[in-house]
Amino acid sequence: MASVAARMADRLERWMPKIVIAPGFLAILLFVYGFIIWTAYISFSKSRMLPNYDLIGLRQYERLFQMDRWNVAFTNLLIFGATFILVSIIIGVLLAILLDQRIRIEGAIRTIYLYPMAISFVITGTAWKWIMNPSLGLETVVRSWGWESFSFGWIVDQNMAVYALVMAAVWQSSGFVMALFLSALRSVDQDIIKAASLDGASTAKIYLRIILPSMRPVFMSAVVILSHLAIKSFDLVVALTNGGPGYSSTLPANFMYEMTFRRNEIGVGAASAIIMLATVVAIMVPYLYSELRGSKNV
Amino acid sequence: MSNLDIVRPENSSFHWVGRLLIWTILLLFCLWFLMPAYVVISTSLKNLEEIRGGSLLALPHELNFTAWTHAWNEACIGVQCSGLKPYFWNSVMMVVPAVLFSTMLGALTGYTLTKWRFRGSNIIFALILFGCFVPFQVVILPMAQTLGILRLTNTVYGLILVHSVYGLAFTTLFFRNYYVTIPDELIRAATIDGAGFFTIFFRILLPISPPIIVVAVIWQFTQIWNDFLFGVSFTTGGSQPLMVALNNLVNTTTGVKQYNVDMAAALITAAPTLLVYIVAGRYFVRGLTAGSVKG
Repeated sequence: MASVAARMADRLERWMPKIVIAPGFLAILLFVYGFIIWTAYISFSKSRMLPNYDLIGLRQYERLFQMDRWNVAFTNLLIFGATFILVSIIIGVLLAILLDQRIRIEGAIRTIYLYPMAISFVITGTAWKWIMNPSLGLETVVRSWGWESFSFGWIVDQNMAVYALVMAAVWQSSGFVMALFLSALRSVDQDIIKAASLDGASTAKIYLRIILPSMRPVFMSAVVILSHLAIKSFDLVVALTNGGPGYSSTLPANFMYEMTFRRNEIGVGAASAIIMLATVVAIMVPYLYSELRGSKNV
Repeated sequence: MSNLDIVRPENSSFHWVGRLLIWTILLLFCLWFLMPAYVVISTSLKNLEEIRGGSLLALPHELNFTAWTHAWNEACIGVQCSGLKPYFWNSVMMVVPAVLFSTMLGALTGYTLTKWRFRGSNIIFALILFGCFVPFQVVILPMAQTLGILRLTNTVYGLILVHSVYGLAFTTLFFRNYYVTIPDELIRAATIDGAGFFTIFFRILLPISPPIIVVAVIWQFTQIWNDFLFGVSFTTGGSQPLMVALNNLVNTTTGVKQYNVDMAAALITAAPTLLVYIVAGRYFVRGLTAGSVKG
């Protein structure tokens, strides 16, 4: 009898890893992958106000692509994403390089550059909405300094509202890019730099020709993380422009929310969510694949 | 890279112009990052006449905290004029259990995935990892329906469930990347001594885990506290978390627009995560970069 109990205990011990991992993994399987399939199904169905499980093929996608609001949202994502990523990386790399020049109070400056990452996009949006207030905000301040024609009404201008989003998003995220690059700069091989500088290369040349090209993986990471942030952007838009004026600064995430929860267009909302997922997958999967493959070799 | 100028002594006048330029750019960016914080704080301390009559960048005439108490106790959010106070506690009730659950489960999952590998465990890790990057729009509709079926719509328990599940992907990543650096020989030796799955976890791994636990807890706390999408999708009225209440407060259009109250409300909402950042910024930054650094 004792040996049976021992064998049971032994078997339990052998199964323990799988038992422990099961609840979390099953939850992710259901709540992530199961729900993705569910949403995909709805996007192929007749659903409008309530879920309806009659399939109608790609009709919801056809309706989606015919909606001006969606086309504006997707174009905005391209403009917002490209500008936001480019400007964040330029500022982030610049600040990282400058901070790497033996700055005495580097820690304090880093703290200032990074604090926006600790607060939510809703708060960032609220603050910038006030700063960009056309009648009481920065515009009035600059005019009172004597620049009478200065105009900063981005959030009420349909052509500029999306750049107001870029401005606030860059403010929030460029410190993060700085932190990524600074930690990469700190791990650059010193010997190569010493050799280059003994050969008479200038500091600028060393950065441009040797150091930055060697950080291609960091650029990759930054682009991937920032594009992921851009695609997910929802609360910043709600708090800063609420998609307006009209729907000129709406992004796909806001479109999805609007259709699903406000306009009783569940099918179109689901279709837009699937397009968002497809965009993320197109960017993430090659990246994750190379990351995971790299880590196996270590 | 920090010792370039030790390597090569610079021409002195050129050197000083360069240093001046570096410092000017760095300090200008400090101003740019601090300006919104300054504007929000100073506006929250002004009264409405001062706001309308004066400059955005002017200092307040006196330290006047009425906007703060108003935002906390009486400001109207929708039709309810209860201030932010009840919503603040909604967020606390949501964030504490959700952070605990996702961190504990993430630690165990990360431990299993590194120290008890089995066939398929790499695929499991890849599937969990991808959960970090899924745009949540693709799950909110089924989630709303599931919460309805479970009768958890509009409750703090619903949000705890949602945040625990979707936080698990990140906490697993943190712990997995941390435990992968612990030598497997340590575990093998303990197994030979007869230690089992949980003994090894509690006696060997957990005692060396505090740094990564801090990273995971801070990350989860910041994420969940700052969440807006789940809060606005799954709750209404009095059961909303603070972040949703803030947005409603700012966009409540009845009556005179009280910019000072809006700004005070934004500060109250930002305070907890900012405090954590100031106290434990190092760990916060480590969490931020953990996702992008190879494990």
